[in-house]
Amino acid sequence: MSNAPALSLRRRMVGLAGSGTVATLILLLLALWVVFAVTIGDRFFSVSTLQSMAFQMPELGILSLAMMLALLSGGLNLSIIATANLSGLTIAFLLTRYIPGSQGLAWVGIQVLAIAAGFAVAALVGLLNGFVIAYLGVSPILATLGTMTLCKGIAIGLSRGNVISGFPEPIVFIGNGTVFGVPFALIVLAFCALPVALMLNATPFGAKVYMIGSNEKATRYSGVDTRAVLLKLYVFSSLLAGVAAVVMLARFNSANAAYGESYLLVTILAGVLGGIDPFGGFGKVGGLLLALIILQVISSAFNLLNLSQFLTLAIWGGILIAVAAVPHFAGKAPR
Amino acid sequence: MPESHIASFGRFRRSHEFWLLMVILGLCASLGFANAQFLTMQNLFDLLTSYAFVGILALGLLVVLIAGGIDISFTATASVAQYVTLSLANAYGANWMSVFAIAIGIGGALGALNAIFIQKLRIPSIIVSVATLNIFYGLLIFFTGGKYIYSLPDWFATGIFWFEFEWGKDSSYGVNLQILALALAFLVTWLLLNRTNIGRQIYAMGGNADAAQRLGFHIFGLNILVYCYMGVMAGIASLIQAQLAQSVAPTVLVGKELDVVAAVVLGGASLMGGVGTVLGTFLGLTLLAVLQNGIILLGVSSYWSPFFVGLFILISVSATAWSQRERRSRSARR
Repeated sequence: MSNAPALSLRRRMVGLAGSGTVATLILLLLALWVVFAVTIGDRFFSVSTLQSMAFQMPELGILSLAMMLALLSGGLNLSIIATANLSGLTIAFLLTRYIPGSQGLAWVGIQVLAIAAGFAVAALVGLLNGFVIAYLGVSPILATLGTMTLCKGIAIGLSRGNVISGFPEPIVFIGNGTVFGVPFALIVLAFCALPVALMLNATPFGAKVYMIGSNEKATRYSGVDTRAVLLKLYVFSSLLAGVAAVVMLARFNSANAAYGESYLLVTILAGVLGGIDPFGGFGKVGGLLLALIILQVISSAFNLLNLSQFLTLAIWGGILIAVAAVPHFAGKAPR
Repeated sequence: MPESHIASFGRFRRSHEFWLLMVILGLCASLGFANAQFLTMQNLFDLLTSYAFVGILALGLLVVLIAGGIDISFTATASVAQYVTLSLANAYGANWMSVFAIAIGIGGALGALNAIFIQKLRIPSIIVSVATLNIFYGLLIFFTGGKYIYSLPDWFATGIFWFEFEWGKDSSYGVNLQILALALAFLVTWLLLNRTNIGRQIYAMGGNADAAQRLGFHIFGLNILVYCYMGVMAGIASLIQAQLAQSVAPTVLVGKELDVVAAVVLGGASLMGGVGTVLGTFLGLTLLAVLQNGIILLGVSSYWSPFFVGLFILISVSATAWSQRERRSRSARR
């Protein structure tokens, strides 16, 4: 094969970049721990600090997983937050409408049905995204910009911008309860991250997603039904937004069309920081989780130091640029 | 030469802009029928005034998209430019020339920073601008505490009003700061893209950066220019927004970046680079403005406005993608 050396060189470079990101992130995390251990002391490692970190991470984590799926295929999903809010409002509406006055089996059934309805709404948005992107050939940014605005419009239109609040105990538990000291929401995140990681790394579907992200045309010509894969991918992405909706409404004990809007760009930030190539094809769930921990550690530490959350935003941005620039500086030396 | 006119009209008829124009004319006609308020001078001037901010930013973004990049940090750039400029004007006094000079300087400098990160560190523009959005905005709110500025210099609060004329009984119209800035931004952007060598180089770079580099284009220089242009537009837009709002609110602009993206892509600019026109951007902006204005005039609650905007974006981008696919398959059959 004439192109074998070129291919192996490329693979080696990618391998270096991939492991380089994880190594960089681990080093960064250790450095942050040392710095915050010195500046904050024991308070930083207290159980309550760790627990509050574990409570805050899941929402952003699940939404970042939703963004990651789209990023891996070389796309983007700008509609995740709007989808989460629309599906959250659906759940909230059904709960507040039918839970009061219900008892026993009906009380349980309504909660299960409400969440199922939320997932159905999310799946519908995912189907719409997938259809427009895969079958009509619209670029993912434009398609999801459209569905984002559409979902937000439906959510605002139906709720008139109001907050729906007051949910039964089991729902609130999802966001605020603990199991053996571990926040339930963190368990939900784990139950999302593990299957997604398995799906991406251990199934033919996952392999196809990475292939599409690397080169969609070549993947299609090699006989993969890329449209069907993309459609499914955007449905999965939307369903993750649906899970995030449950966690979010449970944590706030309320739902609104405008919750979590500031998360949208942060999910991209977390993904790219975690080594996901924004042009698709490369990235692992492990890297994303590491990036989320780093973002959360900075945020919690700044909170303990009484520094503004806006300074946290600025530092997050700076770290993104620094980590994204590492391959450039690392690559300069041998060349 | 009538023949070339016919040929160019034929080309126009097949273009994205033509269909956009038809949709807008259809919308305007039906809105005009449904509500006599719509086709009045008052409404037209109000629309131009209130959409000038989005329009000026859209022109900056158009240039970035044509060059093959993307920038979403412009709302943060605008917030910084607005806050710093008007704080300085309040503290030391200033005139029109100096406030615009300061705002343009700040916008241009922050744009240059984007270009340096993108070009010198080889980081994709989407990552850089997500990062700088957070950096600029985070630092601004950290240092200012997010406090609004309500007292602006008198001459600034009064604004400008040129070419006043009477229309109808007791209403007078004129060119205000917003309309003037919007018109100038359109003119300058059109000249830059269509009448200069640099404009052609920007299209070429967006179409194929490698080819452009091999042709000997100064890619770094072009990128600096493009992102500075976006920053300068953000600086100008920030001042006219502050003048319209009669205050500086550091927290209200960030989060609106996708509205601007919507206007530009409705106008037919491609996120892949190399494609996009000033006319298209103008029509995209018009469609957005007419849609949102029409919904309110029709008595539909403004809560539903994003729904219709989203619907139109989806239909528009789907129709464009569909017609491109048809054309491709037709030319393939030939």
